[in-house]
Amino acid sequence: MIENATNGQMIVCPHCDALYRVRMPEFGERAVCKRCHTVLIAPRAHAMIRIVALSVTNLILVIAALFLPFLQISRAGFSNATSLMDAVLAFATGPLFVLSLAVGALIVVVPMLRMLLSIYVLAPMAFDRKPLPASRRAFRLFEALKPWSMAEIFVLGCGVALVKVSALAQVHLGSAFWMMCVLVVVVLLQDNMMCRWSIWNALERRK
Amino acid sequence: MTHSHHAISARSAGHLACERCGAVFPLSDEGQPCTRCGHKLRSRDMRSLQKVWAWWLVGVMCYIPANLEPMLRTRTLVHTSEDTIVAGAIALMHHGDYGVAVIILIASVGIPIAKFAAVAYLALSVRGVGKMSPGRRQHLYELVEYIGRWSMIDVFVVAILSALVQLNVAASISPGPAALTFALSVIFTMLAAQSFDSRLIWDTLGDDVQNDVPDADLQKKERP
Repeated sequence: MIENATNGQMIVCPHCDALYRVRMPEFGERAVCKRCHTVLIAPRAHAMIRIVALSVTNLILVIAALFLPFLQISRAGFSNATSLMDAVLAFATGPLFVLSLAVGALIVVVPMLRMLLSIYVLAPMAFDRKPLPASRRAFRLFEALKPWSMAEIFVLGCGVALVKVSALAQVHLGSAFWMMCVLVVVVLLQDNMMCRWSIWNALERRK
Repeated sequence: MTHSHHAISARSAGHLACERCGAVFPLSDEGQPCTRCGHKLRSRDMRSLQKVWAWWLVGVMCYIPANLEPMLRTRTLVHTSEDTIVAGAIALMHHGDYGVAVIILIASVGIPIAKFAAVAYLALSVRGVGKMSPGRRQHLYELVEYIGRWSMIDVFVVAILSALVQLNVAASISPGPAALTFALSVIFTMLAAQSFDSRLIWDTLGDDVQNDVPDADLQKKERP
């Protein structure tokens, strides 16, 4: 993705509005704002195809974790297992059903939607095709949804719930818990690979 | 105030960047849609502070009932209890679980209050209140944005517990109304932080008089 044509182009730090001329970093290097140290450009080799691969992985993990047990407890002969779906539906009955919708959106719908959007935007470009129609709008939505994708927070919540329940009953971790742990790592890797400046540039160049 | 960094703001150089996609335009294009992503171009979000204060206020308003009403209803064979966030932590202390109690108090009481204070401080600092340098305020802002989402963990714990602990007569847990108000408080505080235009922090430095536009620093990235 490194092209000398971008050298000398203007770039503005999104956080502090400092203006710079682009000096395109090599792979493994990054361009950083001098005054607020925000990373401006961080190109990675084969970033697009790798991001798409990680998105596919993520989708599979979320769908599997949706229905497999997550935590299991037992006490006095009674036992119960919870899947991601059950946690979403925990508030479904009664006046707190709005919360069910919100939890479902934050831990399942938004993460899955972001994965689908990233595949839609990046997969064609990863294979040197033209971007699909409305790719820019899709990438905009992908970025806007970032803070609202909370699967990794949910995983930590499981840990806390485990500690809280252990006084009340015996708890076991289910297979879906480990899948979600993998998902957290994959999300971190993906964020690390994503250079928004490069992707916006590629979207513009290949229209 | 002296500062050693060689930076010139896009605004004083007669440019502006699209807030969505980062494309650079002349300042005279302000108000037009971005030719790359269609977002309306703004050099600064002039209504940023109004939006911050509006979200901040509803966030605080939701946080009050979140602490007064029960978060969890626990029913076991021997007794039923309704616990607010603070009462739950105190109950844990009586059991001797000081570590967990402190973590819960920090996560559910300390961090939300610190966030309210930090957002209010950032909004006031743009108006000249406080002495923190722009660099430190930028860090504070990034910290608030990063930590904000993590407060949702309390709501997820309630959801997990309510789904998991359904053991017929032996024990059951159901959510209390505070789960909803707490979730709303977290969401509104996130929106308050997102509404803040961090470029305003740096405007208090005033314009650097400089003729040339510098290159950004290039750093070797440590392998992840």
